[in-house]
Amino acid sequence: MRIMSTVLAVALATATPVLAEDMKMAVTTSFHNSGLADVLLPEIKADTGIDVQLLVVGTGQALKLGAAGDVDAILVHARAAEEKSVAEGHATHRREIMYNDFVVIGPSDDPAGTADSETAAAALQGIAGAQAPFVSRGDDSGTHKKELSLWAAAGIDVANAGDWYRAVGAGMGAALNTASGMNAYILSDRASWLNFGNKGDLGLLFAGDPVLFNQYAFLPVNPDKGDHIRNDLAMQLEEWLTSARAAELINGYQVAGEQLFTFNAQMTDTAKAAE
Amino acid sequence: MTDLWAGFAEAARLLITLDPDLTAIALRSLQVTLCALVIACAIALPLAAFLSVKRFRWRRAVIALLNALMGLPPVVVGLVVYVLLSRSGPLGVLGLLFTPSAMIIAQVIIIVPLIASVAHQSLRELWAEYHDLLISLNTTQCQRIVALLWDGRRALLTAALAGFGRGIGEVGAIMIVGGNIDNVTRVMTTAIALETGKGNFALALGLGFVLIALAILVNLAIHWLSRTETGRQW
Repeated sequence: MRIMSTVLAVALATATPVLAEDMKMAVTTSFHNSGLADVLLPEIKADTGIDVQLLVVGTGQALKLGAAGDVDAILVHARAAEEKSVAEGHATHRREIMYNDFVVIGPSDDPAGTADSETAAAALQGIAGAQAPFVSRGDDSGTHKKELSLWAAAGIDVANAGDWYRAVGAGMGAALNTASGMNAYILSDRASWLNFGNKGDLGLLFAGDPVLFNQYAFLPVNPDKGDHIRNDLAMQLEEWLTSARAAELINGYQVAGEQLFTFNAQMTDTAKAAE
Repeated sequence: MTDLWAGFAEAARLLITLDPDLTAIALRSLQVTLCALVIACAIALPLAAFLSVKRFRWRRAVIALLNALMGLPPVVVGLVVYVLLSRSGPLGVLGLLFTPSAMIIAQVIIIVPLIASVAHQSLRELWAEYHDLLISLNTTQCQRIVALLWDGRRALLTAALAGFGRGIGEVGAIMIVGGNIDNVTRVMTTAIALETGKGNFALALGLGFVLIALAILVNLAIHWLSRTETGRQW
């Protein structure tokens, strides 16, 4: 009995974190606007004792903050830029966590006929063909980079497009507000769109093409940047984000009855065993 | 227009329920801006008095510069302070980035020129009146500055309140150097920007109305404390 209680006491002492520790993570606006952070952060704190302080910025700025050593980790969605960051030694590695998807939003009467398109490329060609107003993020964010790659794939040169193509240089929410005001087309991530409170006459017109999938990855900042980098906490957080517990929370997160994110991290053997 | 009414309703709801998040954010706003104001006044008011009583070669240039800096774009100040405080910047070892201290530093830089310019304008006029008296009493430079600051305190209050107004409503700089971190550096203006980005106009407007009410309250409180509007004193 006495041994039992000792074991229990030790187990409790190791399971309940004694002191909350702070770490800073730069995340994209689209991740934060989805509301998933509000679900995950309290669970992370309860399970690991880490108080994750979020800096909500565009992907470009997030990578920049990592390169300067001002944050401990980054959670973004722009593969090419992430790999460049790892190659340049700013982050130790890149770990895929989950994906959501991009959707084409536009006026409900759909003057460009995007809703009937077969592919994302065809949808964008329809918008360009109809010269329908299109709002672009224009802020070098992950969503903006994705949008540019889609235009390129559709064979349309938006750099020299007419005034129907409007780059607003703003975050997802602000760009959606602009699109709502102009009744224009826009590319948005599904999460931001579902959580957006000012939809006006806009509606979801096109989704489902695999090229629209949006992979989120976690990048711990290189601890060589200084002693202040909490790489230990970043590694602990990565372990949690790729655990069965995270998978359950991420897959179970719903807005308006729709699942937003799909967990697709490669679990380690220990995490699998725990499951 | 419906958004505006929804905003009023939201503001009323936030105030009546004394929303704990709102209270924390509002107090942080006040803390940052009042700290910045005290520091900025300690720099700007003596500077303004000095510029009034002392004649030196570059005086006009300094005054013109201060006046021009009243229009400092906060976002540029924020970016410069970020670069300085960044871990890869010259003051990175202090570890001040993304803390309320960084926000206070940015606000001090923004409001010092404003307070100094407004204060100098009124102290200069006061100096024209006091000039002969203070010179004939054979006062030291330091005594003159103190006399000007004390007798001009009511005009200086206006200068300080102008600085407070610019600080409390500022968003561009503190967004960059503070990072708008929940429970750490989120203040009223950055919360409003965040809610606007989410399309929650009612909540954003509600917070906005609360912020305006807060600014009015602080102004009234300072006036009341310094009893500027009573008959015998001024």
